[in-house]
Amino acid sequence: MTKIECILRPGKLEDVKEAVNKYGIHGMTVTQVIGCGLQKGRTEVYRGAEYSINLLPKIKLEMVIPDEDVAEVLKIITEVARTGEIGDGKIFTYKIDDAIRIRTGEKGDDAI
Amino acid sequence: MTKLYLRLVMILTTIFMAIPALAWADDTTEAVVENTISAGDTAFVLISAALVMLMTLPGLALFYGGLSRKKNVLSTIMYSFFAMIVISIQWALYGYSLSFGPDVHHIIGSLDWIGLKNVGLDANPDYSATIPHQAFMVFQMMFAVITPALISGAFAERMRFPAFLAFLILWATFIYDPVAHWVWGVNGWLRNLGALDFAGGTVVHIISGVSGLVACIVLGKRKGHGSVPMIPHNLPFTVIGAALLWFGWFGFNAGSALGANGLAASAFVVTHLATAAAALSWVISEWIHHGKPTTLGAASGAVAGLVAITPASGFVEPMSAIIIGLVAGMLCYLAVGVVKAKLRYDDSLDAFGVHGIGGTWGALATGLFATKAVNPLGNDGLFYGNPEQLGIQLIATASSWAVAIIGTYVILKVVDVFVKLRATDEEQESGMDISQHGEDAYTDFVLSASMNMPGFSEVKERSTVVKPVM
Repeated sequence: MTKIECILRPGKLEDVKEAVNKYGIHGMTVTQVIGCGLQKGRTEVYRGAEYSINLLPKIKLEMVIPDEDVAEVLKIITEVARTGEIGDGKIFTYKIDDAIRIRTGEKGDDAI
Repeated sequence: MTKLYLRLVMILTTIFMAIPALAWADDTTEAVVENTISAGDTAFVLISAALVMLMTLPGLALFYGGLSRKKNVLSTIMYSFFAMIVISIQWALYGYSLSFGPDVHHIIGSLDWIGLKNVGLDANPDYSATIPHQAFMVFQMMFAVITPALISGAFAERMRFPAFLAFLILWATFIYDPVAHWVWGVNGWLRNLGALDFAGGTVVHIISGVSGLVACIVLGKRKGHGSVPMIPHNLPFTVIGAALLWFGWFGFNAGSALGANGLAASAFVVTHLATAAAALSWVISEWIHHGKPTTLGAASGAVAGLVAITPASGFVEPMSAIIIGLVAGMLCYLAVGVVKAKLRYDDSLDAFGVHGIGGTWGALATGLFATKAVNPLGNDGLFYGNPEQLGIQLIATASSWAVAIIGTYVILKVVDVFVKLRATDEEQESGMDISQHGEDAYTDFVLSASMNMPGFSEVKERSTVVKPVM
C-alpha cells in the first residue's frame, strides 16, 4: 500500500476528486492547509499598511491506495491539477505498513 | 485576581452610592406637560436618542470588533457595551448635572440636578423649549456614552478590563462632563466665547481622539506590534458597524437641532453629503497610493466624513459639506496610512487618526464655512466675511486638545497605581477574550472539555421520573 499526499490549489480539489473517483479511488482525507514554496505571496493593504502574505492557502489531499494503482493515480492527479503556473503544488508518496478498517477488523488492501 | 475584581466592584459601588443627599426627581411623577412641548419635536428627539444609542451598540462595537483580531473581538465589544452600561448610570446620577446643570464659574455645572433632581417632564427653555427636559437629558446621555467608547479603539487589545472600568468613570467625570459644559452648557466659557459645535466635534471627537492618542502611548504598543500581523478579523462586521454609525449619525447631527424643523433637515442633508464625499476621497487616496480601492477604506472614509461634519452640521450649506468631506477623507487617510507609520505609535483601531484628526478639521472647517443663512443662531465663518470665528474655533480646538492630553495622562497614571492598566504579554498572546472575560468568540476548535455543572451528578443518579400529582 502507498499513501499519496498532494498539496493542491484549492480550486483544483473538485477536479482531482472527480478524476480519481472515476478511476475507482473513493477514500480520501482533505485538509485545508497554508504553506509556502516557490510561489510568491500576495500583498494585502489595510488603511495604508501593507502586509505581505507569504503563507498561501492550499488543500492537502491524502489517500492510501494499492501499490498497483499508484502510477496511474499519480498520472491522473498530475494532469488534472496542473495549470503550468508556479503554485500548482506537490505530490509525495509513502510506503504504508498496514491499514485496518475499525468496523470489521479487515487489514491491508481489504481495508482501503 | 478575584480580590482585585471585588475591590474594583467596591470602588465602583462607592463612587455611585456615596453621593451625598441624593434626592430623586419629584416632578417626574407628575406628568405635567406644558403647552410649549411639541409632540413632533419630542418624537423626533426621542427617536434621535435611540439612533445615537444604536451608534454605540451595535454600531461602534461591530466596527471596532471587526477591526480587532479574532482573539480580542469580545473584549473590544465589551468596551462599547460597558460604556453604555456604566455611563448611562453615571449620567443619571451626576454626569448630566455636571455637564448641563446651573453654571459654576463657567467651568462646570453644579450638582443641583444630581440624581435627575429638577430634570422633569417640563421643558427647560435654556436648552430646548419644545421638548421635555428628560428627553434632552437622555439624548445627551447617548453622546456621553459613545465618547469614551470611541477612545477604546486606541487601546483595544491591551487594556485590562478592570482598568478600563476605572478609566471610564474618571474620564467621563473629569474630562467629558467639564468639556460638555464649556461648549454646550449655559454660561460655559467656550459657549460664551462664541465657539460653534453643533453636535460634538470638540466635545465628542477631538477629546476622544486625542485622549486615545495619549492612552495608546501611555499603555505602549501591543505585544508583537510591528512583527506580528495585526489584521482585521472580520471586515463585514466593520462594514455593518460603519453603516449603523452612518444611519445613527442622522440622529446625532439632525437630532441636535432638538426639533423636527428646517435646521434638522439641513443637518441631515449635509451629514449625508459629507460622509459620501469623505468615503470617496479616502478610497481615491488609497487607490492612488496603493493601487486598490478597499472596503475598509470606504468604511473608514465614511466615518471620517461623519466625524468632520459633526461640529459644522448645523451651520453649513450642502456644497460646503462636500468640501469638508473631501478634505476629511484625504486628511484622515494620510493620518492613519502615512503619519501613523512614520511616528510609530500603536493606535490599534485608529481612534486618533479618524476622530482626533477628523474632529479637529471639522472644528476648524466650521470656522471657515459656517453661515447665518443656514442657522441665524450660529455665526458666519471666514469665507462668509467673519475671520474672527476661525480664531474662536482655534481656541476651542486647542483647549480641547489640552484638557484631553493633560487629563487623560493624569487619569491613566492614577488608575495604574490602583489597577494595572496593561495586560501582560501572556494575557495578550492568549487573547483578551480568554484572559479578561473567560470566553471565546469562535469556539469551533473546542473538542474536549470537562463539565462542572452544579447538580449534574444528582441528575445522573436520578433514574426515575416521578410525575407530579395533578
